[in-house]
Amino acid sequence: MTKVTMTVNGRPMSGEVEGRTLLVSFLRDTLGLTGTHVGCDTSQCGACVVHVDGKAVKACTMLALEAEGAEVATIEGQAAADGTLNAIQAAFQEHHGLQCGFCTPGMVMSAAALLKENPKPTETEIRHYLEGNLCRCTGYHNIVKAIMAASGQDVSSIAAE
Amino acid sequence: MYEFEFARPATVADAVQALTAEEAQALGGGQTLIPTLKQRLASPSVLVSLSGIAEIKGICQTDEGLLAIGGGTTHAEVAEGAGAYPALAALAGQIGDPAVRNRGTIGGSLANNDPAACYPAAALASNAVIVTHAREIAADDYFQGMFTTALEEGEIITEVRFAVPEAANYQKFLQPASRFAMVGVFVAKYFDGVRVAVTGASEEGVFRWREAEAALSANFSPDAIAGLSVAQEGMIGDIHGTKAYRAHLVGVMTKRAVSAAR
Repeated sequence: MTKVTMTVNGRPMSGEVEGRTLLVSFLRDTLGLTGTHVGCDTSQCGACVVHVDGKAVKACTMLALEAEGAEVATIEGQAAADGTLNAIQAAFQEHHGLQCGFCTPGMVMSAAALLKENPKPTETEIRHYLEGNLCRCTGYHNIVKAIMAASGQDVSSIAAE
Repeated sequence: MYEFEFARPATVADAVQALTAEEAQALGGGQTLIPTLKQRLASPSVLVSLSGIAEIKGICQTDEGLLAIGGGTTHAEVAEGAGAYPALAALAGQIGDPAVRNRGTIGGSLANNDPAACYPAAALASNAVIVTHAREIAADDYFQGMFTTALEEGEIITEVRFAVPEAANYQKFLQPASRFAMVGVFVAKYFDGVRVAVTGASEEGVFRWREAEAALSANFSPDAIAGLSVAQEGMIGDIHGTKAYRAHLVGVMTKRAVSAAR
């Protein structure tokens, strides 16, 4: 076992891991941050997306020891300390961007990465950016709408489908 | 995954040393290797991560005017930073999905030489120089069949050098589930001729379509290859597409690439 240390949602965290321990296992099993989900475990579905040094990555396809010294952001750090949702989370709620909620942590983290790179994305750009995030409930339409709304764009003309 | 030791050296020299261990394996961005380890298709004794080596990351212009990309540079960084070679930057921006592009590296992709990966097509069409810690290998000598390259055990790709063509384009017919190329064609027009490299199609991995190269070198237009086709024999046939389908796609994607080349 090796000690790994990283900053998670602004707080220094460390734990003992094996070489083969995945980042997502460290977050969920060692730190108890179970908001980051494991869907497919094959880097297809995106339920495990977190940010490492500001970049969206699939935490099921990165070893914990590769995040040594990194700044990691997970879904747990997105809302304010008093529980107030951030703009993306609030927009997902407002525009029904989730049903079962399993993919939502990854969707929100991917959306946050997109809006940091591209603050006013078009609908097409959002759909392309979400290529690595699968949702089996919503049909994506309201997810896209929520992200457009979170970026401050008018979504009144986008029909609910 | 089977157990392994993990090493994350900070220099190429330390990584080369770590890779001398028996059954040691280099880890690039891990976007292929980690899934492979999960399936227990590989069982290294030591996994040597290259992600902590700053000297193999980044993009620059060499004194000879070549575009040099560090082996540890991610697809996202190439998409963003290889503006001097727009077709290459566009190719990098179409690999996998955004999260995959933030981890996967050009060196890792070329070392793996997946028969449907995108980078081998760019490297072969550009006759890129694959620079390792030990030597320089021309792309024409580097690709040796599906998942097979000229790399020796423990050899690390430190840099890839591209001569920027006068015009180039990559056309990828996406296999939408895997996001690899069902067929991808990279066309590059240099002052002394045109090179056409095809990925995704052949059981031998990436290959040059020399008949098309000759025709396009004489006349760089889609019409020049209207009568040409590749043989079905040796094409990949699977549930996603037959041999005939892939052979047909090679022609279609080449014409599209020529039309779109800038």
